[in-house]
Amino acid sequence: MGEALIAARGLQKRFGDFVAVAGVDFEVMTGEAFGFLGPNGAGKSSTMRMIAATSSRSAGELEVLGRDPDVDGPSVRSRLGVVPQEDYLDLELSVADNIFVYGRYFGIPRKLLRARIDELLEFVQLTERARDRVDTLSGGMKRRLTIARSLVNQPDCLLLDEPTTGLDPQARHLLWDRLYNLKAQGVTLVLTTHYMDEAEQLCDRLVVMDKGRIMAEGSPRELIERYVTREVVELRFGPGEAPSMAARVAPMAERVEVLADRLLLYTDRGDEVADEVHANGLSPASTLVRRSSLEDVFLSLTGRNLTD
Amino acid sequence: MSVPTFLRPVAYYWSAYKRTWKSQLSDVLVGPLLYLASLGVGLGSLVGHGHRLASLGGQDYLSFVAPALLATTAMQMALVLSTWEIFAYVSPWNGAYRSMQTSPISVQGIVVGQLTWIVLRVELASAAYLLVSAAFGAVHSPYALGALVVGPLVGLAFGAPTAAYSVTVRHDQPLVLIFRLFMLPLFLFSGTFFPLSQLPVGLRYVAYALPLWHGVELSRSLYAGHLGGDFVLHLAYLAAVAAVGTVVAGATYARRLAR
Ligand SMILES: Nc1ncnc2c1ncn2[C@@H]1O[C@H](COP(=O)(O)OP(=O)(O)O)[C@@H](O)[C@H]1O
Ligand SMILES: [Mg+2]
Repeated sequence: MGEALIAARGLQKRFGDFVAVAGVDFEVMTGEAFGFLGPNGAGKSSTMRMIAATSSRSAGELEVLGRDPDVDGPSVRSRLGVVPQEDYLDLELSVADNIFVYGRYFGIPRKLLRARIDELLEFVQLTERARDRVDTLSGGMKRRLTIARSLVNQPDCLLLDEPTTGLDPQARHLLWDRLYNLKAQGVTLVLTTHYMDEAEQLCDRLVVMDKGRIMAEGSPRELIERYVTREVVELRFGPGEAPSMAARVAPMAERVEVLADRLLLYTDRGDEVADEVHANGLSPASTLVRRSSLEDVFLSLTGRNLTD
Repeated sequence: MSVPTFLRPVAYYWSAYKRTWKSQLSDVLVGPLLYLASLGVGLGSLVGHGHRLASLGGQDYLSFVAPALLATTAMQMALVLSTWEIFAYVSPWNGAYRSMQTSPISVQGIVVGQLTWIVLRVELASAAYLLVSAAFGAVHSPYALGALVVGPLVGLAFGAPTAAYSVTVRHDQPLVLIFRLFMLPLFLFSGTFFPLSQLPVGLRYVAYALPLWHGVELSRSLYAGHLGGDFVLHLAYLAAVAAVGTVVAGATYARRLAR
């Protein structure tokens, strides 16, 4: 891995008295896929807008592509690709025209632009829809168009704010596939998500964000190793029963999380613990042994679920 | 040679305009035609039986009303372009400004690009109006070509402050009120259809304070070919409103977009 493409120290964003980003430190290396994982309101979009040089920071230091985005905004933006949380497409213009107009914002000559649009539409599998109005596209197609548009200036680094929120599983997988492809071409990816599976699938490294702060940093595997056990036994109980069972299972696991309808038993020996639970005369409505995920990491760090 | 960044947004406005240019252009031509036919020719034949009247500055009614409608056309065009459209450009379902913002174009470039587009559109409408009114025989001097400057200036004097406001609103109701409570009275009572001297003194001062009357006066002296001493004052007033509006737009755009 190369040098840091993005570096933040004590980065803050305030809206009046409200602190949206409360002093965060992170570095994104050239060529990696870096993620911000956190629930709604964590400050992910605010952070992304500061990186994208569309919103100025309230305090701290930030370097993007070796420059200060508050000072050299235009030159930083000329080398970034941005997929905002909202698509911001003109629904009445055609697919190709949306990219064309955006390319003109970057001063790309018409002829070059036309050729590049063909390639980009090919890349996101929208060639057949080039002449169609954007309001005839599905949500997944619009998202792919926004990605194609963001690549029109051949950016060194692509910023994606919740790339697959609201999409069905098939559309998500198609989109992930395109992002793997970009990464393989050497484009640095920075993305935000509140889906733990997306973070696990796409990110080499990520930070877990909550309430404007970074709670943890590492690869998905490192975070799981550091904050939770390898496996989880999920015991589901009737309404309100779970909390009263917590004391009885506590000795069997390394740690127990108590939710309203469930107990999560963190252990490296899932099947054995599940057997032990039943041998002790407990009879949960269902028992599930599964591998730990980033969702468990978030729960262990904050006591809350990612998508509540 | 690449396009300066502040002109790049025009690529977007042009694409969006091209989609409906036929209906837009016919609006620009048909509107003035109907107004001039009904007010200038129809009403004009009743007012003083089509003769010149001292109360209208020694003009017949058609020649009195035709230049005023140039200024009102410029105002209307500018207000339409600086309200609904701008509301859409900051909103998620269009968001044109939001996507300009992720390009090298700065917020100030977005402001200048927007106002440039308004000026171009008003220029087009002014040229169309000039042709139509000449065809009606309402143009009495080659100075009337100056309408190609006065029209856009009136447009900017309305468009810049209105854009500065529209970019701040979160709902579109206040924009409806701009048309009902502001544009319509101005349209009717700015010395457009009858001389300002017919108004009570208090209302006269309201008309003096707002841009339309100045545009009407400028346009009238150009159409008639009599450039009086206050010509420069009217010009200076409109230029000042346009300049202040542009500066304020720079500030309100930055507040809304660059947070
Ligand atoms: N322009 C703004 N003005 C005021 N508050 C804002 C603004 N943008 C975001 N916020 C607030 O900042 C917090 C973080 O928002 P955001 O960065 O969008 O979080 P996320 O993308 O993680 O959901 C939220 O509480 C949000 O309401
Ligand atoms: Mg967000």
